[in-house]
Amino acid sequence: MEHLMHNYYEAAAVILFGIGFMNLLLQSNLIKKFIGLNIMDTAVYLFLAAKGFIYGRVAPIVTSGEAVIERFVNPVPSGLVLTGIVVSVSVTAFSLALIIRLYKVYHTFDMDEIMKLAREEEKREY
Amino acid sequence: MAKLPKGGLSRFVAWVNGEEVVDDLKHGHHKEKKTKAKYLPHLTMEQRLLGYRILGVLICSIFVLILLATVSKLPTFGSPNNPASNEVVERYIESGIEETGAINLVAGMILDYRAFDTFGESNVLFLAVISVVMLLKRDRNNFDEDDEKILNEDIDLDDEDDNIILKRFTMIIFPLITLYGVYVILNGHLSPGGGFSGGAIIGAGLILFDTAFGQSAVRKFFNFKRFTYISVGCLLTYCACKSYSFFTGANHLENIIPKGIPGNILSGGLILPLNICVGLIVACTMYGFYALFTRGEI
Amino acid sequence: MEISEIIQILLLVFLIISALAVSFYKNLMQAILIFMGYSTIMSIIWLFLESPDLAITEAAVGAGVTSVLFFLTLKKTHMLEGTRDNG
Repeated sequence: MEHLMHNYYEAAAVILFGIGFMNLLLQSNLIKKFIGLNIMDTAVYLFLAAKGFIYGRVAPIVTSGEAVIERFVNPVPSGLVLTGIVVSVSVTAFSLALIIRLYKVYHTFDMDEIMKLAREEEKREY
Repeated sequence: MAKLPKGGLSRFVAWVNGEEVVDDLKHGHHKEKKTKAKYLPHLTMEQRLLGYRILGVLICSIFVLILLATVSKLPTFGSPNNPASNEVVERYIESGIEETGAINLVAGMILDYRAFDTFGESNVLFLAVISVVMLLKRDRNNFDEDDEKILNEDIDLDDEDDNIILKRFTMIIFPLITLYGVYVILNGHLSPGGGFSGGAIIGAGLILFDTAFGQSAVRKFFNFKRFTYISVGCLLTYCACKSYSFFTGANHLENIIPKGIPGNILSGGLILPLNICVGLIVACTMYGFYALFTRGEI
Repeated sequence: MEISEIIQILLLVFLIISALAVSFYKNLMQAILIFMGYSTIMSIIWLFLESPDLAITEAAVGAGVTSVLFFLTLKKTHMLEGTRDNG
């Protein structure tokens, strides 16, 4: 419990991941599902960036002095998260385009109603 | 949903393809009625839905609690003896300036030591734009009467509207935004920023210009052909710069462009051209998303 | 506890409250506005973790382009109130 209080960044990241996951799973509105997916993504990036932080050191930009390892924060998680942010925006844009096309056919955002209408359509053409 | 014979192999093929196999129509309906409510048949649909949601929240909370228990066993936050700082980080920081020539160690890492990751990410952006073009571009197959009417009305209304504040403001601010974006891209290896952020800034500037002056004004200098040429050209340039390692092995050849003095803009070998490529791709993609979502064409 | 730690904990609590609020609002436009605020606070937290590259990128991409795309989806599907499309 004490240790959890000390690792407050990772704990907050995990709680945010849980909230985003619950949104993705249980909301019936399609747009809120993808807001939940975005929240999950940013929670994972927060966790990764928190693994690279070291107390008392600065960002990895060498302005003066030598490039000794004791002066800088770990730069590797930063590079991973940079790629991840761009992939997250690509996935969001593509899924929103899919939502627009779904709306044009079924005229609703509700996932349950779309499944019901799709099943009725299948039964009718059967 | 074709009716398939009862043989085992054809059933397996149908299952792989996602088709249902029904032996007899009447028999199928009869079976459906029988298996309607196998578990707890006395509950109504609303109660089932409520039970499903409560069970979902419960299982997700247990999942979060398990993850929190894992977090309490992780190494301490911010300690210098983390297992994450190993000999890889030592090599990147201590030989970073000599081998890559970049002062911003993160930019030097993602564009020199790990250039393939950035290449894959540019590919993902390009793929997303192509998919959105396939879904939303208006042409012969994707034609909808009501939407066309609303779009034309929107265009007429925007032409009549006289947004003086927005137009004057954009005339002052848009060159500044573009200049700032170009500055962030060019100084990617000297200060925080780089290709992605600079490209997003330029894309946001183009979105502002589109909002103020209409899409016909943007199409004078940025139409679909140029968008294709810029995206494909920059992606192929990135590929040509960095995929010779497939043929020469991991110990790559010397850089064609000399490294220069760290601290100048013209330094860092291939990092500056790659930053420009990535920045252009990201700018085109961000504006492309906006244009496809509002008007259906770039 | 120094002041900087107290501010960081406050920002994290604000993040969690925003994420909870997004799931409970029925009006879609308000939910997307709260999501925009969530993204901006995230960008400030990156600065506390000494990664300025991530802060600039998240501010430009998360609070900029993603939220604009969400609003455009609402406009395309005629869900925005007060505009010509819906009342």
